[in-house]
Formats: sequence, structure tokens, C-alpha cells
Amino acid sequence: MATTYSYYPGCTSHSTAIEYIEASLAVIDALGIGLNELPDWCCCGAASAHNLSTSLALGLSAFNLAEAHKTGRDLVIPCAGCYGNLAQADHVMRHDEKERQRFEKQFDFNYDGQVKMLSLVDLLAREELRPAIKDLVKKPLKGLKVVCYYGCAIVRPGAITGVDDTENPRRIDKMMADLGAEVIDWSCKVDCCGADLGLTDAEKTAELVNKIVDYAVAAEADCLVTSCALCEANIDIRQQRLPILYFTEMMAEAFQIGDRQRWWKKHFNDPSKLF
Amino acid sequence: MSENLLQKVMAESDQPINLCYQCKKCSVGCPMIDEFDFPPNMVMRMIQLGMKDELLKSKAIWMCVSCETCGSRCPNEIRIAPIMDSLRAQCLNEGVTPADPVTVALHSSFINSIKTFGRIHEATMLMAYKWKSKNFTSDLDVGLKLFLKGKIPLLPKKSKNMAKIKEIFKEAGK
Repeated sequence: MATTYSYYPGCTSHSTAIEYIEASLAVIDALGIGLNELPDWCCCGAASAHNLSTSLALGLSAFNLAEAHKTGRDLVIPCAGCYGNLAQADHVMRHDEKERQRFEKQFDFNYDGQVKMLSLVDLLAREELRPAIKDLVKKPLKGLKVVCYYGCAIVRPGAITGVDDTENPRRIDKMMADLGAEVIDWSCKVDCCGADLGLTDAEKTAELVNKIVDYAVAAEADCLVTSCALCEANIDIRQQRLPILYFTEMMAEAFQIGDRQRWWKKHFNDPSKLF
Repeated sequence: MSENLLQKVMAESDQPINLCYQCKKCSVGCPMIDEFDFPPNMVMRMIQLGMKDELLKSKAIWMCVSCETCGSRCPNEIRIAPIMDSLRAQCLNEGVTPADPVTVALHSSFINSIKTFGRIHEATMLMAYKWKSKNFTSDLDVGLKLFLKGKIPLLPKKSKNMAKIKEIFKEAGK
């Protein structure tokens, strides 16, 4: 029987990452996985809350953790930044009894450690899903050369994300290979794109983005595949050499499902010529 | 000179800063090091030595983007990102003028949007940020480009339990 998960959309689900969310929901539905949006949720604080106040950042994430615990189901968090913040708060609750008790009282819930925080890669790259994913492939992505770009938040720190190889993660690579794409090894899988610096220091962000794209072009990639909305925005807006797609858009293309042409129009470097 | 700085930052960040033995692995991998006035390894040593004034006035604490590259490579498992959070909070709480006011303007505008709606409303947040940073020209095109792609919604969406959100802000003193 298919499992149902709780789902935290995050603020970018209706703005900068709209095509990511629509593609992801289509893929999850095709796999027969159930998702229930949390009855209430707030912004995780992104990079801003912890930059100004650790206690504000923890409070906002704890609000969402409490909502998830009330549902009793593991929480799926597509946005890499939101995932990082909620996983960090979950780590604090797991290891700091005083903080845990404070938040249990404030948000009226019982933290039993049973509700897991899952990134979309955690959910979709599971070994047991591989046969189902391969079965759904209608149009293998043959001949398409891709580099997989993981960025920071779903990878580091390993003690919190559970990723065992933080220098060379392979889960998205494996998924893309299962779709029939030619996956190229490269050097910038986990390099930083500049994150929120995209709004404060255009020059530095362009420098970081261009280094990543230089390496992808040198590896002869046709496109760059990611799971992070902030990475996508930074890299897509600041260069004109390479299309960047979400890994679930690639899955939707291979499955031939969803409103793909409309999603491609949301990108700055047109990916339509790839398919 | 402050004798309590090491203890305070260690407690707030929950990181074993006293274990740093200057291998410099953090600084070698830091993507932002060209923007730092003190490289990450030196920030660790300055905390150990209690050089509070220099640190709170530094650009380094505001240029760290919490990518966690240093933290995941440190042989002593010291994560520098939460250490920077502690230093930034001290800078603001003690009324020190931040070396990078633009970054502070962005983050303040961002959390104000959460305080108002429980979530981010990009359009009003970006306008507030431009107003606060008095920076009306640079990079305005990013917001405009996103708007033209239909990625900046006009109407905000709100959390249901705003009373609780306000309480979280009050407890954090924000």
C-alpha cells in the first residue's frame, strides 16, 4: 500500500519555485505516493532568521515541526533551504532536552522523534522506488548529457542531513541514469552558488555561478540538474550558456507527464531545445 | 579584550571552538574567503583570544553564507556557520554598526515579512529591502525578471495562527 506523507510547501512553492513544485507533485502523484499539506505552516526563516537571531530561527522551524508531529507522518520538504532549517531544528530537539521541552510547551505537542524530515531527494531516491521509476519511463532521456548539482542545504552538514558522502553525493546522478540520461562526473556538485548573496552582492554571485557553469561546460554537459530553488534562480538568472532544470522536471519529461512546456517557460535559459 | 567571548560563543553555537588547532582546512575550502577581512581559521583563533571588538566589527561575520563547507570538512567537527550566527547576533544586540548594512537590510526586511504574513511576500519584501538599503538601482532587474516570469505573486498568502507567529518574534526580541 502506498504511504502518505505530510508536506511542507514553503514560501517559494507559489513564487520562484512554482515549476519545481508542479513537476514534483506530478511525479509524486504518478508514483502513487500521497501528500497532505500541513494544516498550518509558516516560513522556516530561510537564511534571514538565523542570520539575525538563532532563537527566532529555531522558533519558526519548531512551529512547523509541531504541526508535522501533530499529523504523525514523516514530513516531505521540497525546498532545500526549508529542509535544512527544519532538519536543524529537528536535530536540536533530538539532542537538547531543555529546548525540546520549551517548544513542546509553547506549541502544545509531544516530540517523540518518530516524524522524519525528508528532502525531496530523500523521498524519491530511495532504492525501493527504483523499479517503479524505471517502469514509468516512457521516453528515456537518451543522449542527454547532464551534470547533477546538489548545492549545500540537502547535503551539509552530514550529521544532520544523513548524507554519508558530502563531497560526492550520487543520489540524483543515479536517478538521472535510471531515466536514461548520460550522467557526467564533474567537480562542482556541492559548491556554493552564493545563496542569498544573489540579492545583496550581484558581482560575487556571478563569480560563483560562472565558476560552476565553466566546469559544467568543460564537462560538455547539455544541462545542469538541481533540487534547490535558490541555486536554480541564481544560476539561471546570471548566465546564458546552460539551461538548468529541476530533477523532478527531468523525471516528468521521461514519464511524459504534466505541463512541461509551461514549466520550461518559467526558466531564463530555455530548456525546450533539449527535448 | 573579553574573557567570556569563547564561553559565550561556544554555549550559543554549541560548537567546540576550543578544539581548533589551526589546520586551515576551513579557509582553504571557503567560497567567500576573498570577501572576508579575517579568514575563518583566524576567526576561530580570535574567538579563543577574546578579540570581541574586532570580530563584531568585521565584514567576515556578515559575508559567511552558511554553506557549511568548512563545518563538514573540519577534523574537529566544528561548524562555523552557527558560530557566525552567534557573532552576528552579538553585533546587533550590542549596538555595533554592522560592517555590511546591506545584508542586514535584506534579512530585516525578510523577517518583517514573516512577522506580517507568517510567510514571505516577495513583492513587498523586496521593496522594503530596496528602501532600507537605499539601494534603488543595483540588481533591480532580478526582481523585475522574476516578476515577468510570473514568479512574484501580487497577493500575499498568510499563515493561520498569526498569534503564535507574533509570540515567536516577541520571545526572540525581534
